[in-house]
Amino acid sequence: MFDILKQFAGLIVDSVLRLPAGCNCSSGLQFFIEETIKIFLLLTVMIYVIAWLRASLNVEKVRDYLKGKNRFFGYVTAASFGAVTPFCSCSSIPLFLGFTSARIPVGITMSFLITSPMINEAVVVMLGGLLGVKLTMIYVIFGMLAGIIGGIFFDIIKAERFLTFKVEPLPASDAGAATAASSKLSLRDRHRFAVGELKDIMKRVWLWIFIGVGIGAFIHGFVPQAYIVEHLGGGQWWSVPAAVGLGIPLYSNATGMIPVIDVLIRKGLPAGTALAFMMSTVAVSLPEFVMLKQVMKTRMLIYFFVYLLIFFTLCGWVLNLVCNNQL
Amino acid sequence: MKVQILGTGCPKCKALAELAEKTLHENGFEFELEKVTDAFQIMKFSVMSTPALVINGKVKVSGRLPSPEEIIKFAKDAENE
Repeated sequence: MFDILKQFAGLIVDSVLRLPAGCNCSSGLQFFIEETIKIFLLLTVMIYVIAWLRASLNVEKVRDYLKGKNRFFGYVTAASFGAVTPFCSCSSIPLFLGFTSARIPVGITMSFLITSPMINEAVVVMLGGLLGVKLTMIYVIFGMLAGIIGGIFFDIIKAERFLTFKVEPLPASDAGAATAASSKLSLRDRHRFAVGELKDIMKRVWLWIFIGVGIGAFIHGFVPQAYIVEHLGGGQWWSVPAAVGLGIPLYSNATGMIPVIDVLIRKGLPAGTALAFMMSTVAVSLPEFVMLKQVMKTRMLIYFFVYLLIFFTLCGWVLNLVCNNQL
Repeated sequence: MKVQILGTGCPKCKALAELAEKTLHENGFEFELEKVTDAFQIMKFSVMSTPALVINGKVKVSGRLPSPEEIIKFAKDAENE
């Protein structure tokens, strides 16, 4: 299907712009045109379809669904819901309070909170388009595991001891108010919701796509393979925890990180180090820690930091070891 | 009527506050607008995804930006109650 795009890009470069064949600039430009169109197409379809399916799903439903579920099943489901529901870090406190006061174990709530910012449809499409399916799958698996194992960890250390507030059941009047928005949706409602989501997400990511593909095109056209091979990152063992330790306090959303990771990997940084850096930047940040301090004691925040440091470091090491940058 | 915007300060919360104020003002509603930013206060409305629009103590919409038409409808509903 994407052959048409290749031909189209070739046609523009050769016939419309009349760039000389075999020139760096023409192969770079062709790559740029082909890739941007491909990613925009995929993104449009993916966001629309997922938003369409998700229209009737909201956090209130997720909460009701998770209430009283079997523990282990709960972690997996919470992480999965985290992956498919859009997440804004400014909602993390109300969400945390809402989940815990519905008597959902802290660990299960944490599974949701950890995975949610890491995985969403825009990230999957952009990673897939720029870095390939393999790395994307690894990223998604690590993102899910980060949430699931994190949830289990917080329940093992009995994290409810470290909350700043007492868990009280929800007021009885809640039922009506919170579910008011989840009435039945018609096909038109779903379509309207999906188009709204599409506009919303595109507005946030279009620039990152141009930057990401632009960097890729530049390297594609101008930087010879030998340079990258020659300067390939040494992959010293400490580089992974150093990247993670640096990444955790930094704030960035997942889509904004992709061009950075793209260029780092293409420049020869081992994929494990690069992905570990991305995951740690995306999962939490200093501003979020400050917000979480409203509901969690410092002890819990330290545990949280240490857990992420260890987990992402292990991910990076394993990936570096297994694939040796052969992705 | 009493209009409250629940949100911890994200861009969408500000957008909702501005949109609600502008829409209600242009359509001649009498209202008083309050921004609720404290998470524990927001919890009292059992809202988990911000921004949320509350009119006369009732949550009308949460987790997204409503359209101006919706806001007008919510306001009319609230006046008729």
